[in-house]
Amino acid sequence: MKQFLFLIKKEFFHVWRDKRTMLILLGMPLMLILIFGFALTNEVKNSRIGVLDKSRDETTRTIIQGLEASRYFDLVDNINSEKDLAPAFQSGRIRLAVIFEENFGNHLDHNNSASVQLIGDATDPNVATTLINYASSVIMDYQRGQRGQGASPYSIGTEIRMLYNPQLKGAYNFVPGVMAMVLMLVCAMMTSISIVREREMGTMEVILVSPIVPIRVIMAKLIPYFLLSMINIASILLLSVYVLDVPIKGSLMLLVFECLLFTVTVLALGMLISSVAGSQQVAMLASLMGLFLPTVMLSGFMFPVENMPILLQWISNVVPSKWFYYIVKNVMIKGLGFENVWKETLILFGMTVFFMTVSVKNFKTRLE
Amino acid sequence: MKAVTVSNIRKSFKNGKAVTEALRTVSLDVEQGELFGIIGPDGSGKTTLFRILTTLMLADEGTATVDGLEVVKDFREIRKRVGYMPGRFSLYPDLSVEENLTFFATLFNTSIDENYDLVKDIYSQIERFKTRKAGALSGGMKQKLALSCALIHRPTVLFLDEPTTGVDAVSRKEFWELLRNLQRQKITIVVSTPYMDEAGLCDRVALMQQGSILDIDSPQGITGKFSRQLWSARTEKMYDLILSLREMQGIVSCYPFGQVHHVVPEKDFNITQAQDKIRAMGFPDIDLAPIAPTIEDCFMHLMNHPENRMTAGRNNEH
Repeated sequence: MKQFLFLIKKEFFHVWRDKRTMLILLGMPLMLILIFGFALTNEVKNSRIGVLDKSRDETTRTIIQGLEASRYFDLVDNINSEKDLAPAFQSGRIRLAVIFEENFGNHLDHNNSASVQLIGDATDPNVATTLINYASSVIMDYQRGQRGQGASPYSIGTEIRMLYNPQLKGAYNFVPGVMAMVLMLVCAMMTSISIVREREMGTMEVILVSPIVPIRVIMAKLIPYFLLSMINIASILLLSVYVLDVPIKGSLMLLVFECLLFTVTVLALGMLISSVAGSQQVAMLASLMGLFLPTVMLSGFMFPVENMPILLQWISNVVPSKWFYYIVKNVMIKGLGFENVWKETLILFGMTVFFMTVSVKNFKTRLE
Repeated sequence: MKAVTVSNIRKSFKNGKAVTEALRTVSLDVEQGELFGIIGPDGSGKTTLFRILTTLMLADEGTATVDGLEVVKDFREIRKRVGYMPGRFSLYPDLSVEENLTFFATLFNTSIDENYDLVKDIYSQIERFKTRKAGALSGGMKQKLALSCALIHRPTVLFLDEPTTGVDAVSRKEFWELLRNLQRQKITIVVSTPYMDEAGLCDRVALMQQGSILDIDSPQGITGKFSRQLWSARTEKMYDLILSLREMQGIVSCYPFGQVHHVVPEKDFNITQAQDKIRAMGFPDIDLAPIAPTIEDCFMHLMNHPENRMTAGRNNEH
């Protein structure tokens, strides 16, 4: 036991004395959360739009006010003729144009129908679609308001509610994803690198030619990274609650337990990589390509798994972060209890046991 | 009981289709308490032999024992008893001198205090730097620290793989003195080195070349077997001289050796005749002097004349 404690102490020295790496490891979650929270967002806010109002009546003015009031739009200027439309789009001054036909109000009052044209800049199709939807909903709102006053015999009112995330914030989606990413980097990459480093420096040779069971030395390596991960989990959760306003709806205990389980899974993965990788570069590349990329691409955090081709959906099942992402989303955002995530927890647990067994079995007692 | 026995060990490495024979039927014995040197240039198979003896690698053929234990079957027991210092000093550059030593003591479930008397000689020289990081030590100090680390658990057999490579001349000399002192503590030491001049400091040496042992004997025994009179040659035009001598009849070989050339003649070599001949070839200032052969001369001779080597298999000199 005394022996093991010293081994752990030694690993802490390694981590603690490499100040730069440690700062990166501790600063990374902070950075990622801030980048994803404020810079990289697929919400469309304050998009510049132009209005060509050929009617200039009460009705169009009310609708334009509605557009202006929305936080999605920024009304740049009024466009006076159709000629000005093309240059405005080309120069990027506007991303959406709203065009009211002549005598818009009149037509609406007397014919019960009037046209408005929405033109979007579809160089980015997602943004264009989103903007068009926003604009349509503002117009629909106006229409519904009018209907309420007058007597229109038939009308179907659609009432939409966004569950769990009524404001449709992106943060709800990426906090669990960032957590998986950070744990992958800290645990898998760093442990595999530090184990391979022993081999590269030749210290592993001396460790092997000693009575100690080498797997103990490896186990001692995992502990500092386990602690670093706990700090990172805490800082991510604190940031998401207090800075991004993403609440923890479910049980904090359960969430922490799942995070710790995933940390162990990833540590086991790191061990596995180190048992195969011959050099630190290989270990790093293997962690980045084999773990980090699938976490970003296949866990459902960036792209919904349901939209992927069947083959990729199959592959995504072996990506541990997919299950972790699912669990965290359900526990943290939806507030579900253990009874709803036990299957996924079991899968993660099984993966952990598997990785551990394989890497311990793979560990060589000799150099070859 | 012999401290180390090696019998008919073969080992080759495959790299794709290419097969490198690292050891071709190597056999040797090391007596208890002996300071045994394995001398050979880079790539002669020294490290592979050490790795087989320290149970880090398995031989393709042959058997070996260390301290009476079989290297394959009893590898766990051997790992408790031997001390090993690999070619590159395996220290943690980010740990201090003391932390490094404590780490290696911990591996063997012992402590610095327990075996302090054993490493005192060596460790006391670097103890005043004990809080310094190992990465900031000079080559000689690193070497002493590595030796302390290999000794801290009181091994019965100590394997030192090229401990003096990359270390300055003064530190090398000091290091060999340290080894002599250790020997008095009844530790068998097997040390490898590419420096021929260090062979004289061992009790017995094995000369290795391309995975084979050329000879095993005491340094005096090896130089004593050199059957020719060796001459040193010196002139103003050293480069021209070596070319001319290599062409000359009655001369087996000629090679540069420090400031002079060493000349190995045929058995029936007449020195006065030869001297005249060389003078006539345009080296009026030729200076030929008889010298005693060094290990390096023997090594060169054995390398070029396989018929003089000891026969493969068990050696026959004791």
